[in-house]
Amino acid sequence: MDRGGVRGDRYLMAGALWHSVEMSQPSDSIQRPPLPDGLVAVVKEDCPTCVLIVPVLADLAERSSITVITQDNPAFPSIDEWVVHDDDLALSWHHDIITVPTLLEVVDGVPTRRIEGWSREEWQSFTGIDDLGPDIADWRPGCGSLSVDPNRTDELAVRFSGSTLTSRRVEIAALEDEWEAMWDRGWSDGLPVVPPTEARVLRMLEGTSRDPDEMVAVAPPDLVECTVEKVAVNAVMAGCRPEYLPVVLAAVEAACTEEFNMHGLLATTMPSGPILIVNGPIRREIDMNSGINVLGPGNRANSTIGRALQLVIRNVGGGKPGGIDRATHGGPAKLGLCFPEDEEGSPWESLAESRGFSADISTVTLFPGQGPRILVDQISRSPESLTKHLAAGLMGNVSPRLALMFETVLVLGPEHMSRYHDAGWTRERFLDALTAELTIDADTIIRGAGGIEEGMPEFLAGETLAKFPPGGIHVVHAGSGAGLFSMTFGGWVSGGTGSVTVTKEITP
Amino acid sequence: MSSTVLDPTGELRPDTRERVPRPESLNGLTVGLLDISKARGNIFLDRIEERLDGLGVKVKRFIKPTFAKPAPVDLRHEIAASCDAVIEALAD
Repeated sequence: MDRGGVRGDRYLMAGALWHSVEMSQPSDSIQRPPLPDGLVAVVKEDCPTCVLIVPVLADLAERSSITVITQDNPAFPSIDEWVVHDDDLALSWHHDIITVPTLLEVVDGVPTRRIEGWSREEWQSFTGIDDLGPDIADWRPGCGSLSVDPNRTDELAVRFSGSTLTSRRVEIAALEDEWEAMWDRGWSDGLPVVPPTEARVLRMLEGTSRDPDEMVAVAPPDLVECTVEKVAVNAVMAGCRPEYLPVVLAAVEAACTEEFNMHGLLATTMPSGPILIVNGPIRREIDMNSGINVLGPGNRANSTIGRALQLVIRNVGGGKPGGIDRATHGGPAKLGLCFPEDEEGSPWESLAESRGFSADISTVTLFPGQGPRILVDQISRSPESLTKHLAAGLMGNVSPRLALMFETVLVLGPEHMSRYHDAGWTRERFLDALTAELTIDADTIIRGAGGIEEGMPEFLAGETLAKFPPGGIHVVHAGSGAGLFSMTFGGWVSGGTGSVTVTKEITP
Repeated sequence: MSSTVLDPTGELRPDTRERVPRPESLNGLTVGLLDISKARGNIFLDRIEERLDGLGVKVKRFIKPTFAKPAPVDLRHEIAASCDAVIEALAD
């Protein structure tokens, strides 16, 4: 796509200054309608500068040779054979007209030089003709071209770039309700989805520099090659804004790795799904919420990015509840669960930094986990007390009778974090202390101990067991400044026999 | 006015593969017993094996490395190549 996400910005900038740009031959494969050779001016009547230079245009038509391309009124600046109406804006769109007036030199249908706005000195130098517009102001900035008008770009993008999309077109009849039609086709997780029209998908694709036909991953369970375009379609449906797309793409890549094992996570009877944790500058760039209600509703990026990943697995991969998804109860991670870390408010390195990524890189970490559970402690004032209590709470993850098989994400709330910050505890000291508390005398949880048949195998009798495998506690800082709470996500089968937590860099 | 949306799916219906017809009798056949590695699946399959042995049916035992992932393609191929029927056991 050479239509970057800057058209709207360009429109706002257009007219601020005129400038001269040396043009190179277009190298892309888009079929551009040729411009007439020679001197060409692109204008619109709804531009005071274009109206101002009407005498100059007429003068050039008489003294030299010029084609004037008018964007709005076909009779502007006059009804003459040298005036051409760009009624569908195809010429303006394909030749990247940003400002009117734009004066072009055209060779073989393609502009070789151009200047924007009106400057007598520049126009005389450009045309080699003196005494242009002696009775008008020396210079005036131009106005925005109709082809970059934000109210028209979606329609123009579909008209001129829609053919770059390869997804099957599905027509929804006039009397059909769009939402009902999409539900009937099985495309929804149960919540409404935004209809993925060509205009919306093209706009979504402006969020990435990657080509629509680039393959992102092989999506399970049907092992379908998933392109950037298919991710964009599902991101539209999930309610994402274009600037979220790079996060969704990285999440799809991470989910579809062999280590993360999205197929197994989808198919398991446990209520687990991918939990997305975003680190780095993109959290702020796309206005994610790491504060109040961080794991709940209210922020568009938090709410839609995880959902977009799940819609990709559902729609592209073919994984649906009752099909390959065999969850006994399911849970919120299966709908979509995404949140950022509060890095600015944390005295410790971030989750991503602890996993080897520098702070100036944006990443998304996928953890195979369940819905979050609260760990309340409103009394502890010492870090030692709080750590013991958090450990006691974590013992219940998945089952208090099972150890070593499941990892956890521990979301420390800011008021709990302040206990450690005030006492000068580092992340390492905290993890060492927490891990020490999370050891279990196997005799207390082997099968049959305490009259409970579930538990660890008898051969472990006499051993001391760690609740979590090494590296299995993923600490994140998030939440609001009020509430002496932390949260924990229980995990799914960890390691090579299940799922390994994966972090991917988010690239534009 | 009608509207047009883009198909969000993989746009492929997985090829439906015909199952081998269910055998009318197990006489002379080899039956694979696939344990998916879930707790107590082996207990169930041990009993099935006893019953099949009693019928004079040849039995071959297989086990998945982990119940959490699809069976490796080599294992699937080995079962398909060496058995006439397969019983996959799930216990919990």
